This record gives sequence, C-alpha cells and structure tokens, in this order.
Amino acid sequence: MKATLRGAGPAFTIGIVLILGNVLLALLAPWISPYDPVASDSAAALQGPSGAHWLGTDMYGRDILSRTLNGGRYALQVTFLATTIAVAAGALLGCLVAYLGGWFDDVVMRVVDAILSVPTILALLVVVSVLGSGMWVIVLAVVVVYTPAVIRVVRGAARSVKSLDYVTAAKARGERAGPIVVREILPNVSDVVLVEYAMRASWVVLLISTLSFLGFGANPPAPDWGLMVAENRTALTVVPWATLGPVAALASFVIGLHLTSDGLGKRLGVDRAMTGVK
Amino acid sequence: MPLLILRRLGSAVLTIVLASLLVFLAIQALPGDVVQQILGRDATPEAVARMRSELGLDTPVFLRYVQWLFGALQGDFGTSLVSGEPVGPNLLLHFRNTLLIAVPTVIISVTLSIVLGVVAGLRRGKWADHSISLISLLAMSIPEFMVAALLVLAFAVGIPMFPAVVLDGPQASLAQLLPSIWLPVIVLSLAMAAYIIRMTRTSTIDVMTSEFITTAELKGLRRARVVMRHALPTALLPTLNVVAINIAWMLGGVVVVENIFNYPGMGNLMLEAVFNRDLPVIEAIAVVSAAIYVACNLLADLTAMALDPRQRFRPRARRGAGAQPGPKASPAISTVERSQP
Repeated sequence: MKATLRGAGPAFTIGIVLILGNVLLALLAPWISPYDPVASDSAAALQGPSGAHWLGTDMYGRDILSRTLNGGRYALQVTFLATTIAVAAGALLGCLVAYLGGWFDDVVMRVVDAILSVPTILALLVVVSVLGSGMWVIVLAVVVVYTPAVIRVVRGAARSVKSLDYVTAAKARGERAGPIVVREILPNVSDVVLVEYAMRASWVVLLISTLSFLGFGANPPAPDWGLMVAENRTALTVVPWATLGPVAALASFVIGLHLTSDGLGKRLGVDRAMTGVK
Repeated sequence: MPLLILRRLGSAVLTIVLASLLVFLAIQALPGDVVQQILGRDATPEAVARMRSELGLDTPVFLRYVQWLFGALQGDFGTSLVSGEPVGPNLLLHFRNTLLIAVPTVIISVTLSIVLGVVAGLRRGKWADHSISLISLLAMSIPEFMVAALLVLAFAVGIPMFPAVVLDGPQASLAQLLPSIWLPVIVLSLAMAAYIIRMTRTSTIDVMTSEFITTAELKGLRRARVVMRHALPTALLPTLNVVAINIAWMLGGVVVVENIFNYPGMGNLMLEAVFNRDLPVIEAIAVVSAAIYVACNLLADLTAMALDPRQRFRPRARRGAGAQPGPKASPAISTVERSQP
C-alpha cells in the first residue's frame, strides 16, 4: 500500500489527515465532547467563546463544540453507507454492462441516462417526499441517484479493459460472465473505482448536509452540521462559531476528499477532473 | 451526419419520456396513499373510494401515465392537490423567475471560469495557478448555504446593498425581482465556476502539451496567436459538456439558494410541494428539469459536432465508445479511457 501511494504528493497526505481526523473525531465524539450535545441550558444561551464553552453556546444554551464534534456522526455515517453501496453496485454493474454489451448495455444505459437527467436534489426530494426521511431512506435515495453516475464512469473504463488478452483468455477457458467481471475486469478498473469513491463521497456528504439544512435529513434537536447551520445562520453575528464551526468541519472533510482523490488520480493515472458528473 | 443528429434527437426524446415514466412510477407506485392523506385517517371507505375515482386513481397506473403524458405534452400537468389550481401556469411563473437567476449565472460563471481556467492552465505550477486552484477547491468544498449566509451578512446586513430575502410573490414583475437576484447569482456562479475552472485548466494543459501546439510554437508564431487561434478552440471543446452538466446541476442548486433567499422560483415551489406532498407539482418540476438537462446536453453535443469534425462520425468499433452515446459524461469517460495504460 505504501509503495503505491508514494509519489501522490504532500497534498494527498494532507487530504488523508483531514479525512482521518474528521472520522476519528466523529467516532470519539461521545467520549471527548465536554457537554451533552442536546442538553439545553437557557441560563447559558448565546454565549461567546469562554473557558467553559470553547466555541460558545447556541440560542438554547447548548455547547457548540460538543454539537460540532457530534454533528458529523450522522452525515459521515450516511455518506459512508451510501457511497460504499453506490460505488460497489455501480462498479459491478458498470463492468457487467461493458462486458456483456449489446441490448443489455443499451437498456441499462438508457435507464441510467434517464435517472441522471433528473437533477440530484430533485430526485432525492422525490424519494424523500414519498418515503419520509429515515436514515435508510436517505441512504437508499442517494444510492438510487448516484449509482447510475458510477455505472457510467466505470463502464467507460471497463470497455477498454474487456478486449484485453486476459479477458479473451478467460472467455476461451469457458468462464462465465460473473467470474470474468469480478475476477478479471473489476480488479483492472480498481484505480478508477477508488478515485470515483473519494470524489463521490465528497458530493454525498455535501448533499446530505444540504438535505439536513433544508429540513429533510437529521431531525432536531439532533446535532448535525447542516442542521446547525440552518438553526444558527440568522445569529451569525451573535454566535459566529455556531455556524462557522460545523461548516469548517464539513469543508475540511470535503477538501480532504478532494485532495485525496486528486492525489490518487495523479498517482494512478486517472484524471477525474475531466469528469463533471455530480 | 444528418442521420447522426436525428439519432441524437431521438435518443434525447426517449430519455425525457423514460425519465418522466420513472418519476411517475416512483411517485405512484411507492407506498403512501394520496387520498388517505387528503381526507385524513378517519375518512370512511366510501369517501376514499369516491375520491379515488374522482382523481382517476382507480384506473391502472400505465393508463394514467399515458393520460398524464399526453396532457403534459399539451402543457397540462394536472391540478395541484393543495391549491386545486392547474399546475402548468403556476410552474411557468416560477420557472420564469428561476430563469432570471439562471441566465446571468451561466453567463457570469462560464466567462469567469474559462478565463481563470485558461490562465491557470497556461501558468501551470506558478502562483497564479496555485491560487486559482486553491480558490476553486474552496468553492467546491464550502456548501452553498454557507456562502449564501456569509454574503447576506456582508452585502445585506453589513453594507445594505442587496435585500437579504425576497418579499415579492411569484407574480412580481421582473423589474421588481431584479435587485434581489444578485446575491443568489453570485452564490450559484461561485459553485458552478469551481468545476468549470478545473475542467478548463486540465484541458488547457492537455492541449498545450500536444504536438500541434509545439508545431505552432516552432513555426515561430507569437504566444498570443498560438493560444488564441490554436489552443483555445480545442481546449474549450470538452468544457462544453461540463457546462451543460453544470447547468443541470444548477437546477438543483437553485433549490438551496431560493430557499435561503426566499426567492419565488422553481426550487422553492419544489420544496413547498415536497413539504405538502403535492405530487402533481413534484412530477411536473422533475420532468421539466429532466427536459432542460437533456436539451442542454443535446445542444452541447450539436455544438461540439459543429466545431469538431471528428465528432460527426461514429467510431468504427461499436456504438458508443468515444463519440456521444447519450446525454453526457462521455468526455469524462473517454479521458479515463485514454489515461488507461
């Protein structure tokens, strides 16, 4: 692993540190946050930063640092689940479509185009409006919306692999489509899939936070980055950290993902900047 | 060549119809009974049955879809479950307002990002490149709702140049809305420009290291001429598709921005419809957005064909590959393909 990642540059290292830092803080949040993130204390409302509350308190007197630390748990959890499922499904289907070709390819890609043609947030809102906004519904919605985009990207990469000799050899050995896709094609597009994962995760986490911001994700009083911004943005001048804290955390995570995917792309020779499929 | 254009047109129409079918099915087939919702939990079974037949919900889904599709083709998107008024005219009004934000956004962000992207590409590794790349990275990573909140603080509260929220209803005249479009336009332009800058930068670098540019330089042409006449037309070609994709993204982005500024556009209409589960309105917005997305991509493809003779022919190998199979992302894919060893 170390050898493959050498040469990815210092930006890549910074990216990894930002991602791991955020994940670690979110995992440890219940133990390291100084206060209960949902405990309100009306006597201590809207305080500036102090020794007792490092980032101050919000309008209900809740500790902003504790809320910021805990605020990534929901978004990161959904991002991890949704991105993993979407990229796994998209990678498998993309390879399968590229390998089988023919009418199967035509039909799947038609449906992919159709789903991609509905703007992401709208598609997500359609699902949420019908099924409600439980965590698994959101995961499912993100998977539905993003799998097609992954299929497109992986299919493109897999098409150039499928005519290589070892695939022909596997076919000649009489192997079936399943094993050929999983054992021969998939490993050879793993670089594209890896870069896709990092890129996709950065869009998913922003999307989840946007959804929470709009009132369709995490429910109050749960601590959540998007929700915190929605609650506190009107008090930006009074308690700036209630808005800036969660945004800084979110942005640092997204920047980490971008730097990582850029570094990976450079190292592995996958130029993801050319793709604009959000 | 005309045949290829015809095929693209055909596949665009097919995509829109398929998208409308998917949206229709998603809304109709998933659980959650509209009638039950309107009448409430205590409704008698007779009342439910009567309302179902009044709304035409007792006919099979597919038949309803066909009816809806033919209605939609004539601009009739049904009636809103909440207001009881036809969806079409109201949607048109909100769409007009959204266009008022969208058009300036496209113009500003495309101009800005092409200039910055080309500069960054030409000055690769210099401080100009580093600072442009850093700004676009930040613009991609900070959510629009935060950028919007900061801009409101600076230019509506701090220096009161623009209104923080729109107080006019959807019927307001364009002149009334004009002062309030600028903050939304800036927010959307920043987010959109970030992606186009990256794209333009990459493709400029690609082109500048290609052989025909070296040839042009060796011929002794002036730098400005090499860039403007030789490099730019080629470098901007892949940018076209990213612009098209970003216009589609913007249709989603307006949801957030219109929500923050209380702007009476299509995004706010959508949110309202989702809150009220006003399905006909949701359907209509989703289909209109899909149509716009497909139209933008078609336009980008046709422009690319007009500018680049190579795109006018299908590749020998098989349908698809490098040329344009469906609405976009193919430039991305062909690049990924190219970068495969």
